[in-house]
Amino acid sequence: MRLEGKVAIITGGANGMGAEECRIFAREGAKVVIADVMEEEGRQVEAEIAESGGDAVFMKLDVTSESNWEEALEATLARYGKLDILVNNAGISGTHHPDTMSVEAWDTFMDINAKGVFLGMKTVIPQMQGAGGGSIVNISSISGIVGQNVIHMGYNASKGAVRIVTKSAAVQYAEDGIRVNSVHPGAMPPMRSSSAARDPDMRSNMVNLGVPMRRIGRVEEVGYAVLFLASDEASYITGAELVVDGGFTAM
Amino acid sequence: MARLEGKVTVITGATGGIGSAAARLFADEGARVALVDLDEAALREVVSSIGEDKASYTVADVTQPEQTQAYVNEAVERWGGIDILLANAGIEGVLSLITDYPIDVFDRVMAVNVRGVWLGIKYAVPAMRERSGGSIVITSSTAGIGGSPEMSAYNTSKHAVIGLMRTAALEFAPDGIRVNTVNPAPIETRMMRSIEEMRVDAMDDSKVTVDVIKQAAAERLPLQRYGEPEEVANLMLFLSSDDSSFCTGGVYMVDGGRSAGSR
Repeated sequence: MRLEGKVAIITGGANGMGAEECRIFAREGAKVVIADVMEEEGRQVEAEIAESGGDAVFMKLDVTSESNWEEALEATLARYGKLDILVNNAGISGTHHPDTMSVEAWDTFMDINAKGVFLGMKTVIPQMQGAGGGSIVNISSISGIVGQNVIHMGYNASKGAVRIVTKSAAVQYAEDGIRVNSVHPGAMPPMRSSSAARDPDMRSNMVNLGVPMRRIGRVEEVGYAVLFLASDEASYITGAELVVDGGFTAM
Repeated sequence: MARLEGKVTVITGATGGIGSAAARLFADEGARVALVDLDEAALREVVSSIGEDKASYTVADVTQPEQTQAYVNEAVERWGGIDILLANAGIEGVLSLITDYPIDVFDRVMAVNVRGVWLGIKYAVPAMRERSGGSIVITSSTAGIGGSPEMSAYNTSKHAVIGLMRTAALEFAPDGIRVNTVNPAPIETRMMRSIEEMRVDAMDDSKVTVDVIKQAAAERLPLQRYGEPEEVANLMLFLSSDDSSFCTGGVYMVDGGRSAGSR
């Protein structure tokens, strides 16, 4: 197994890509903390993993709260004794807000998608330094690399922030044995919070116009990229961007 | 479960550090490997370390169309088809400013590192179409995304294959063929030894040894060490396996943090 004996916190683990990352990590031998604000869905993922013989626990975590982060780290150490991997996956979709010039939406994007990632790294890095290393995987997006129509530019800004703070952290903490990388999913199955979920035309247009592979991605295709970067197979990879977009950014 | 069970992989530059590490890793993961290089004795050695039930070889110059067609044909005949191409063969050229750079060396570097990759894609893709898909991984470099003084030919060639990769990714996405690059920083290989020795010669200072050059280069990297060939092979494995089924047209760094910024 590729994550045998590792302990991982995965934020936004209650549904979508995050839930799939939790399942894959558990299958590969990791002990998984499913960290999310959505308790009911998180408990379901927890039960599902337990049923298939894995070890996972749900913890309530609002990624914008510094004290929530401290509590989650403490609880993780209390339960599993260490922390090897953090996957900063929690985030809200770029089509979350219909008004693409909403100032309030800008703040929400930056709070959850960007500051949430910073707070996660701030919380776990001292622990990983003390333990002699670790692997952090931050979920950015193709929206952190290229501009797009339709979505709020605050979403692009937040994902661009994730892309570059990944490189800052990689350079600053490499000598502590901490690797930090970003994953950039392209068009993926819609989350419930996304207006695209309600607008199938928009998604099919996106695919027809933009994705060379002519389909949207599957959540496990992001999960396997996260698994690779989290594992020791990626021991020489840090500060890198792993794009999972069906060729979107190659054009 | 093995991650490349039943996949046939052609590897060019298969006797070098990265190529031979990939050959061993891919065979361990259930692939059949068809190895390509110029040196027959070295090829035999890699094949025998893996076993003839899993590995075969073809002596070929990747710059020659007939020889490229021949290594593709031999892989198909021996193993029944081609699923994966690691277009990995490459040479470093010499160290020299552009104004002094020997033109024949420039042409040779471009021929191996660019024309060789283009020919590999040209002749391997039809075989991949027969299998309704495939994965091509091209070995670029950190020299493919930034400048490298005194290595203009190598640098140009490694940039060129990124453009080639993106175009091939777009051309063959409808065929289910994915195309990506891996971009290593200094790795413990023959090529790096050669570059370090050329730098020592150019310095003309008895205090400057290969070790001094190497340590200075390693210290500039965030992870403060050269990579191992196996660490590049691991990324090639990810990009070749179905784990990366939505990855195409991408530039994937394996560079100890070099391209992320300076220490």
